[in-house]
Amino acid sequence: MLHCRQQCDGNHPVWGVGELDLLQLSISGLANGCVYGLIALGFVLIYKATEAVNFAQGDFMMFGAFITIWLANSYYLGINFWVAVSIAVLIMGMLGYLLDMIVLRRMFGQPQIAVVILTIALGFILRFLAGAIWAHEPQSLEFPLAGEKITLGGLVLGVEEVAVILVTFALCGLLYLFFSRSRLGMAMQAASQNQLAAYFMGVPVKRIQSLVWALGGMVAAVAGVLFASKGAIDPSTGLLGIKAFAAAVIGGFGSLPGALIGGIIIGLVEPFAAYGLPAGYSQIAPYLIMLLVLIFRPHGLFSQVQKKKV
Amino acid sequence: MSLLVLEQVTVRFGGLVAVNDVSFHVGEGEVFALVGPNGAGKSTVFNLISRFYDPAHGDIRFREKSILGLRPDQVPALGIARTFQNIELFEQSTVLQNLLVGRHRHRRSSLVSELFFAPQVRSEERRHRQVVEEVIDFLELQAYRDKTIAGLAYGVRKVVELARALATEPRILLLDEPASGLSLEETQDMIFWIEDIKKQMGITVLMVEHDMNLVASVSDRVLALADGKELAIGSAQDVQSHPAVIEAYLGSGGRAGHDG
Amino acid sequence: MRFVFKRSYDADIGLFKHRPQALWYLGLLVLVVALPWLVDEFFVGEATNVLIWAIAGMGLMLLTGHTGQASLGHAAFMAVGCYTCVIMIANGVPFLLALPLAGVIAGLVGVIVALPVLRLHGIYLAIATLAISVLTEDFIVIAEPWTGGVVGLVAPPIVIFGLEIDRYGTPALFYFLTLAVTLVVLAGYRNLLRAPLGRAFTALRDSEISAQAMGVNIARTKATAFGLSCGATGLAGALLGFYAGAFNHETFNLVLSIQLLLMIVIGGLGSIHGAFFGALVIGFLPQFIALVRDGISGVFDLGSVTIPGIESGIFGLILVGFILFEPTGIYGRWVKLRTYFELYPFYRKDMFKRQKSFLKTERMR
Repeated sequence: MLHCRQQCDGNHPVWGVGELDLLQLSISGLANGCVYGLIALGFVLIYKATEAVNFAQGDFMMFGAFITIWLANSYYLGINFWVAVSIAVLIMGMLGYLLDMIVLRRMFGQPQIAVVILTIALGFILRFLAGAIWAHEPQSLEFPLAGEKITLGGLVLGVEEVAVILVTFALCGLLYLFFSRSRLGMAMQAASQNQLAAYFMGVPVKRIQSLVWALGGMVAAVAGVLFASKGAIDPSTGLLGIKAFAAAVIGGFGSLPGALIGGIIIGLVEPFAAYGLPAGYSQIAPYLIMLLVLIFRPHGLFSQVQKKKV
Repeated sequence: MSLLVLEQVTVRFGGLVAVNDVSFHVGEGEVFALVGPNGAGKSTVFNLISRFYDPAHGDIRFREKSILGLRPDQVPALGIARTFQNIELFEQSTVLQNLLVGRHRHRRSSLVSELFFAPQVRSEERRHRQVVEEVIDFLELQAYRDKTIAGLAYGVRKVVELARALATEPRILLLDEPASGLSLEETQDMIFWIEDIKKQMGITVLMVEHDMNLVASVSDRVLALADGKELAIGSAQDVQSHPAVIEAYLGSGGRAGHDG
Repeated sequence: MRFVFKRSYDADIGLFKHRPQALWYLGLLVLVVALPWLVDEFFVGEATNVLIWAIAGMGLMLLTGHTGQASLGHAAFMAVGCYTCVIMIANGVPFLLALPLAGVIAGLVGVIVALPVLRLHGIYLAIATLAISVLTEDFIVIAEPWTGGVVGLVAPPIVIFGLEIDRYGTPALFYFLTLAVTLVVLAGYRNLLRAPLGRAFTALRDSEISAQAMGVNIARTKATAFGLSCGATGLAGALLGFYAGAFNHETFNLVLSIQLLLMIVIGGLGSIHGAFFGALVIGFLPQFIALVRDGISGVFDLGSVTIPGIESGIFGLILVGFILFEPTGIYGRWVKLRTYFELYPFYRKDMFKRQKSFLKTERMR
């Protein structure tokens, strides 16, 4: 990621990397990885439940971030940060729900690739809307704790990065509880494993799918808030979704923890590749890893999917 | 002379033994039927011959040569054609196009000659069309010739499957439940066709079928399977009255159902 | 409704269904050949652009529309065609040799790329090709000594037997050159579709297992489809390089890949017509939007308001509309209209209705 590399290069003009630097590098990588992981989590959530791959997930993230910026930043509405975040998450949830209800439900029974193309088109539209409403200049979210540092025995951490990591893990814990404990979460799991059987068992599969899209939108909004509070965002940032794809693929597309770990792997690989490799080569690393995983372990590193005989 | 020989073939899926030490041989010009309750391993035998599955041990020989070293797409070249239980047609193509794909094993033209549609391609194409039109005549598919599969009734699709297999000009035809889902009348047609395939075209037929009426009318020999094991072999009457066969059917729900 | 009486097998093998159809296409050919004398230079340039899109569209249509392998990375092969062609010409290879060679090289690269990703299905293939598109973009930057890196290259003038062809200097000649390539690709494509290999492609698309049971070698056939597809796309890429005049890694970015796929979907997957209809839409969309915008600002007196990114936004909207209401694309709508008039008044609403099925999981493969 560009943002990170500039920062790191600025701090360390010399090639020698001390242990502390390594640690700091890892943490900023980890923070980036968490954002990728959260976007990937959105992909996987939706894919698991509806078998649709949402190529617009990155744009969801971007859109969620812009809504928050619009609500919270002083030069826009300037309302309380936490209220703004809650509203943005709710709006994105509603957007996800409505998109499924109005658009994606009609795709029922159509080939998967049609859904892929549809979501790509939705991404185009979201990007256009964001550009038209909020213009194309990069903007940052005014994070209330921004600029503060946490010092841990010589290690200086930006509070944004720590927040990103903490929020990600908290969100994952919440999602885990949701899927394993709540009735709705279990119904979602059932609907994802066998649609027809779930129908017969009285699970309202269509509404569940819309709710999953809503959940995907909300997770994307959180990812967007995290991303925008530690860096700048512009309408084309949604293309970052491709890196999240890499994360999801590495994690095996069907596994939620896999998606997060995949994201973290990508996040960690990037800064280290930027240090170890000449410029130009380093940004290839995430995609190269993804391609290799696809070729040699098409179902990802952490997937529980078994190959079925025809 | 035995055209197709299965020798002590066993297949396992994980812990499940789908086919257990099964041996049989199909003679040239014979109609050989596999019967048995659902899950007996009949379709698995077909998938073995088509090389979609690998046996754990045993050998499958066609005209004295083992076919275990072949890929699935090399099997049709020997003259082995098959139909599928759940109909696997090319949905977006016409009946004619589907049948022409059946001619693929006779393709001699190269990529470059096809790009230019060289005279040799055209003459081969004429030959393919001729064979296909003969099959269409034989199975009375003229009315559906230019129709897309997606719009055809189930019974017609079943016939198109048979037609596509015949278009390959096979030595042996593997029919996976040719009558399942067909009406009485359509089943009667199927019986006549299988008899004609055997008598007029001299094609050997190996089939899996639940409909004992069809099996009894056309087959020379019948092999009953249950739980992957051979139960009985012989004429249709002999097998139907064999105590082990009766027990297998009654024991597995007492139903020689039509559902596949 | 027309009834065609067929007297020989050649009637089915022929390129046209019947004589009137052949006449229609002849008329169309006369029209496109006469185009430079009918319209002004600007429009000839736009028509050339449409043809280039159509060539690339045919390439991708063969792979996605006929063989059923979705690719989100075809800009990569346009880049291969473009850079190899220009680099060869810079090294003294005459254009008439360099252009087909560029196509061949792009095709070979396509086969090499296809081999490892052949086993992937549907969505996984789409993602892998997406990665290829991104990687190619970065690779162009890395391979600076040959590709000029971020600065890019300038296309040399095209010289055919001493005749210099330039997009701006001689737009009509460049148009004819592109038209010739279009017709060659079109002829090859049509021939292929009526030959065994073309049928094997569609067989793969509809049922791999059954194609295999008919003797189609899946790996080799898919690789061939990839090769042919990338070859045609490479030719389009080479022409695009000359059309643009100068190009760098951003000319062939991911958005181009995606646009190619979206174009053939709008046009209508699974038909050559679709590639051309899609090319018309994507080629003329910017002009159309400008026209509408000028119209609106003329009425409301807004001045010349420009909204950046409006093209892709409107493009996305059109696409959503098509996928929801006419998944068979423009060509599908055209076929329906034609059938409606042929059968009038007996057309039924559900005539082309596709059966909806419960979701078949693609997770278990």
